[in-house]
Amino acid sequence: MSATSILLDVHGLAKTVPGPRRLFHSLDLQVAAGELVAIIGESGVGKSTLLNILAGLDDADAGSVSIGGTVLGSLDETARTRLRRERVGFVFQAFHILPYLTLLQNVALPLALTSPDGAAAKACAAEMLSAVGLADRGEGYARDLSGGELQRVAIARALVHRPALILADEPTGNLDPDTATRVLALFAGAVREHGAAGVMVTHSDASAAVADRVLTLRADGLVERRVR
Amino acid sequence: MSAEPGLLSARLALGWLIGGEWRFQPARFLTTAIAIAVGVALGFAVHLVNGSALASFDGAVRGVSGAAELSVRATSPLGVDERLYPRVAGAAGVLDASPMVRLDARIGGAKLTLLGLDVLRAGSVTPSLVGITPRGPDTGNDTVFDEASLFLSRTALAQAHAAVGDRVTVTANGRAVIFHVAGTLPGADAAAALGVVDIAAAQWRFGRLGRIDRIDLRLSDRQAAEASLARLLPADAVLSSEAARGAQGSALSRAYRVNLDMLALVALLTGGFLVYSAQSLAVARRQRTFALLRTLGLSRSGVISAVMVEGVTIGIVGALAGLAGGYGLAWAALHWFGGDLGAGYFGMATTRVVFQPVAAASFFALGLSAAVLGSAIPARAAARAAPAAALKNVGDVLDPRRPALWWPAAVLLAAGAAAALLPAVSGLPLFGFLGMALMLAGGVAGVPWFARTMLRPLAKRTVGSVPSQLAVRHLYGAPAEAATALCGIVASTALMIAMATMVSSFRGAVDTWLGQVLGADLYLRTDAGASFDPATRARLAGTAGVGHLAFSRQLPLTIAADRPPVSLIARPERDGRDPLLVLIERAPTMPTKALPVWVSEPAQRLYGWEPGETITLPLAGGTRFMVAGVWRDYGRQAGAVLVDEADYQRLTGDDGRDEISVMLLPGNEAGAVGKAMAVQLPADLRRHVEITQPATLRHMALTLFDRSFAVTYLLEAVAILVGLAGVAATMSAQTIAREREFGMLRHLGLTRGQLSAMLATEGALVGMTGAVAGIGLGLILAQVLIHVINPQSFNWTMTTQVPVGTLLGVAAALTGAAAATAVLAGRRATAKDAVQSVREDW
Repeated sequence: MSATSILLDVHGLAKTVPGPRRLFHSLDLQVAAGELVAIIGESGVGKSTLLNILAGLDDADAGSVSIGGTVLGSLDETARTRLRRERVGFVFQAFHILPYLTLLQNVALPLALTSPDGAAAKACAAEMLSAVGLADRGEGYARDLSGGELQRVAIARALVHRPALILADEPTGNLDPDTATRVLALFAGAVREHGAAGVMVTHSDASAAVADRVLTLRADGLVERRVR
Repeated sequence: MSAEPGLLSARLALGWLIGGEWRFQPARFLTTAIAIAVGVALGFAVHLVNGSALASFDGAVRGVSGAAELSVRATSPLGVDERLYPRVAGAAGVLDASPMVRLDARIGGAKLTLLGLDVLRAGSVTPSLVGITPRGPDTGNDTVFDEASLFLSRTALAQAHAAVGDRVTVTANGRAVIFHVAGTLPGADAAAALGVVDIAAAQWRFGRLGRIDRIDLRLSDRQAAEASLARLLPADAVLSSEAARGAQGSALSRAYRVNLDMLALVALLTGGFLVYSAQSLAVARRQRTFALLRTLGLSRSGVISAVMVEGVTIGIVGALAGLAGGYGLAWAALHWFGGDLGAGYFGMATTRVVFQPVAAASFFALGLSAAVLGSAIPARAAARAAPAAALKNVGDVLDPRRPALWWPAAVLLAAGAAAALLPAVSGLPLFGFLGMALMLAGGVAGVPWFARTMLRPLAKRTVGSVPSQLAVRHLYGAPAEAATALCGIVASTALMIAMATMVSSFRGAVDTWLGQVLGADLYLRTDAGASFDPATRARLAGTAGVGHLAFSRQLPLTIAADRPPVSLIARPERDGRDPLLVLIERAPTMPTKALPVWVSEPAQRLYGWEPGETITLPLAGGTRFMVAGVWRDYGRQAGAVLVDEADYQRLTGDDGRDEISVMLLPGNEAGAVGKAMAVQLPADLRRHVEITQPATLRHMALTLFDRSFAVTYLLEAVAILVGLAGVAATMSAQTIAREREFGMLRHLGLTRGQLSAMLATEGALVGMTGAVAGIGLGLILAQVLIHVINPQSFNWTMTTQVPVGTLLGVAAALTGAAAATAVLAGRRATAKDAVQSVREDW
């Protein structure tokens, strides 16, 4: 991993939650372009909190997070929002596809947040929908799709604006094993193909298997469990 | 990276989101827009009706006054000595003067103002009052000086169904005289029903010899004229300008109009609360949508904009529809009820709708503001929510342990009470209305605390059916959510109850008062200025069955040129024992030589007259009276003064009487005695006398009261309907938003029947909480209406009479409506497959 290809760089991260309970400390993580890292751990260990900190939605007590060279700690809320909008993609366990927008509009949403050029946004979205195997479903709505298809739409939405970092929180938690396997393969392939840094938190070893590296989150940081 | 995660760059996404939401929830947008439209329509309609009525009233006043720069006017219909005229005409600053006799007259059933004037003088001072014959201006002067010539305005001609050349009988001052319609008054205002005859003919033929009522002036120097005339005028004449006359007409109805305006704004306020409810619920339902957008990079201001754009659009659509509806309503109201909406202020003026662009813009702005303010708080709440937590949707945002605050409500209620204690501003109860608004806000703010306090005993129960326990726990744990649904209904119920209590108290007080003052067995009244002369009175006193007669005279008496005249009543005062004198207060002692005057409550409040005080009334050149006491009077808003009949006759020489109260001898029947008395009347007077029994008078008075308040009842009904619509909309929105909760409960084994029972219980509890809170708040607001706004607006006081039947009816209607709406909406929400409800993405 060369220093120049590192897109996500985390140093000495620590987080305590009200209680007070220390979730983790001294957490370091580097993810390179085109690399997918899976973070596993028991429930309540702080996986989702870590993702929120990486996305700038939550603050760490100590340490730093840098996305594509931009240090989150140096940004105010407006700048973090801007960074998230332009350089971060998300995939959630519950797919969060807006029911009153067409699938094409759902996918194009990150682009529509930055530019009023609807035609260009929809063209990119159509291309992305095609890439996830839903080429002819753009004018449909969420209620027409199965869970696996919805998650594919969510993956398309996470990638459409070519983010530097893609964060996935239990992306297959709501899917059956066969569908989960197909969606994970698609997700991992898309991350690598787009040259983004991917971080996926999961409690499933099977899901983690598609990642290039698997790390276990513990109170004293991340422990390398497997490298592909 | 672009400079800003701003609204401009995100406008495409915002357009998609707002457009999508509208397609997804069209009923919500429609309901909230209609709520605003109804409020704007009512407010604009009432304003247009008031404005149009005033404009036409003003026109009528100008028509009768002939647009003189300044006039000298008699303070009562007794007029002033005509020898005042040459002195006024010769006063400094006066260029020319035109004397005039003014009489209220009739031609058949048509009422008109009859002016007797000197055409030579009027041609110079008020040319619009000079008649024109069909041949054109009367250069030979033979027709205008003809004592039998009458010139009628277009309105008078139309109302009397007369034409130029006809012979008509004009009745005024108790006399009927035949005139020849010689021509018209093209210069008179179109709205004025006006007739003009020669002044000498008017004085001679209508029994006004030596008296005049008005002197119109043309001035060379207004300041000099005002100064010289102020020194010259006797006490029974006042100097009056057109502005003062306009103010006099406006003052008569101003409080009524302002109150009606305020009542109409109530509907708009309720509409604003409804927008708040609907937007809050929409925001709660879309919490995860906003969280997703925040995660994807939409700024907080973007979220606020999305909600605010919705509010602005609802406001624009609702306000525009409201303006159109308001114009239509105003037209319909003027067409069917008249310019005073049945209250009787603008009796003679005919009215058409006058569009008022400034008022239209104001009501548009008010409607828009109500919608924008109703959206502002939900928009802030939407932007404040933490995106990560909202996306996870863990445990939701409800915390049953979180206390419901009581102090914001207490502070607002206390501030409202303090504001209500402040005095009127220019005769208007502005602080009273401010106090009501603050109390209303306080009441609404206190709903979460109130709901929790009310539900605490139920929530502590551990026994009972599962559905009812679930219902109670849900409301107890989320009182703020219930309050969102309730704020519209609490506001509209409170205002409706306040109005109903005020009207009920007022009606009860009037009813009691009528019972006190209508103590006689029969009443005889004259119209068209006719009166009972001493000979007639003596004959009537001798009628078989008559025990005792009390005679009275009632005249308008101008105390100040810019205020409506008070009613001067001459009756046998019998040291305050006359039945009309329902005394509130009396002077401790009265010097034996003092002339007593009994002032009505409105007169006391308007002119500051206190018992024991010596006042000068513009009667018989100015006479000093001592205020013997204050009496309750709901019949004369501009005030009344009662002097002893004997004092009146001695001072004025007027021996005419226009009302008789008859006490019968025992064993006589009122109808038969009335007929016998009618026979005693001279033939020409008989048709101008109305003989009525007290029950009829009481019925007529209460019918008039109800007619005056008909619009009030209508506005109240609309406010409560808007509130009920709010309950329906919010209950159904909340129910539909809980589909997944219902799915989970179905998974746990609850039947659809149990779910419906739970929803019905919740709905009933919400409705009952709203009803109890609304009624309680309404009774508090009613105290402001009864003890602050009514006295400050209309100058009369009353005690509170609670309309128990209305309160129970409202409570039952609200509870039933909320329960029914919850169950109906629940049928849709629980009809879905339970599994699907649980797994549904949103």
